[in-house]
Amino acid sequence: MKRVLYLLLLFTLLLAGCAPAATPVSAPEARTLSVFAAASLTDAFTEIGKNFEAANPGVAVTFNFAGSQALRTQIEEGAPADVFASANKTEMDTLVTDSFVTQGTPQVFLNNKLVVILPANNTAGLTKLADLANSGIKLVLAAEEVPVGKYARQALDQMKSQFGKDFKDKVLANVVSNEDNVKQVVAKVQLGEADAGIVYTSDAVAAPQLKTIEIPTELNVIAQYPIATLIKSANADLATTFIEYVLSSNGQSVLQKWGFAPPE
Amino acid sequence: MQVAGGFLPRLFESMKRLKPLLIRFLNDGHLNWIFILPSAILLALFALPLFALFVRSINEGFFNFAFSEQAFKALRLSLTTSTITTLVTILFGTPFAYTLARWKFRLKSWIELFIDLPIVLPPSVAGLVLLIAFGRRGMFGSALSALGISLPFTTAAVVLAQTFVAAPLYVRSARVGFAAIDKQLEEAAHVEGANQWQLFYEVMFPLAGRALLSGAILTWTRALGEFGATILFAGNLEGVTQTMPMAIYLGFERNLGIALALSVVLVIVSILLLMFTKRLEKHESD
Repeated sequence: MKRVLYLLLLFTLLLAGCAPAATPVSAPEARTLSVFAAASLTDAFTEIGKNFEAANPGVAVTFNFAGSQALRTQIEEGAPADVFASANKTEMDTLVTDSFVTQGTPQVFLNNKLVVILPANNTAGLTKLADLANSGIKLVLAAEEVPVGKYARQALDQMKSQFGKDFKDKVLANVVSNEDNVKQVVAKVQLGEADAGIVYTSDAVAAPQLKTIEIPTELNVIAQYPIATLIKSANADLATTFIEYVLSSNGQSVLQKWGFAPPE
Repeated sequence: MQVAGGFLPRLFESMKRLKPLLIRFLNDGHLNWIFILPSAILLALFALPLFALFVRSINEGFFNFAFSEQAFKALRLSLTTSTITTLVTILFGTPFAYTLARWKFRLKSWIELFIDLPIVLPPSVAGLVLLIAFGRRGMFGSALSALGISLPFTTAAVVLAQTFVAAPLYVRSARVGFAAIDKQLEEAAHVEGANQWQLFYEVMFPLAGRALLSGAILTWTRALGEFGATILFAGNLEGVTQTMPMAIYLGFERNLGIALALSVVLVIVSILLLMFTKRLEKHESD
């Protein structure tokens, strides 16, 4: 009996040792493209990725969606990525300064705007922008380091011209949590834990059951999203093809479907 | 000894002949390496990252970050909440562990399974289920609202999340401690006329002391380091719900220097507190 067990063990180890050697079978060269994209691009880029794979057999696109500031940190600490799509120019500029992206190569591929989202049943009864300063409401924003968090605070600054000098302070006093990326803000509002959140219009399109309060253009912020290939990419040619696809009418139509605006 | 037959039987035979040689080799004092080598490798796994942390964190910004208001608030919140969590755990967990260890009742094995479950659950799942249960629109949320309690985004939520993930560690340790007490001691106490409370307080509690203390230390450290459940259930607001691990995680995305400085602070505070608890353990065993 013992002998059989030793035999089995030896056999399993040999098998495990042999397995990797068996993989180079004659198959079309499979290439993987690693795209780091802002969290707000989750739905649109997932679809674009599928379309890109269909148009380019043998290519697999993998995504890493997170707050742009988190992605920039990961890239700086050596995470392997081919393409970086940021929700603001700040994070892309940092990578250019630190020599992860070649100067002059980032291209703006879409514009986005902000909107206030409310839970479907809107128990707090908010109807207009000024209601954000009402005492006792629970507001969730993204943290200041996150692009949408920065944009939201910018917009609140601009709203002071219409709602009074202390509007921004009153609104910020209602903030109960600063989330790490925009999709977390959406989640808290969807769960009804928050009475309101400030996110991108594209996020409102992706979650149609949420109610919204429009932010008029003169008070709103235009978010410009740049995209670029990373210098250390091992698939620079494929990365360029992907970026061209995003900028093409195919990519742009998908982006507009998900609520993004074309770049100027 | 000749063995007729194929290759494998002969292989086993030669391995059997090696055994006495191996034993003699080990007995000649080379035995130590079996213990030293794996220990050294594991120790290196723990020590090298800490060493790297201290070396890399030394830069001009260090003292600014380490003594910033955000660092103080986060540290104070972390220490306060983890201490409260440990006290709450001891208060509720001790009787619970006692009943699990010494009483017999139906469904006991199921209850033990449930109490061990949070240990294996990923913290993010823990945060999610707390939200679904006790969130504003959670299953029991309306009941809580009726009592005027709204949990998410409060410091109480931080304590609750920490308790959920850390208390099972105490209950397990305490249960083992209580169960290890000889039944004869319990019987002797009854013969002496002790009632339930006297039995617990003067016999069981002191005898299980070491297990209770090590369980409490486990709970406290687990609560101090808790991150996933708190960020989901309690949210992130400086001074209210932003614990040290959260400040480090978010600081990492802003400026590596902040994360390094805060990490060093947390490590130093943790070392000091572990040294303190070590003295308690020594005192306990005297």
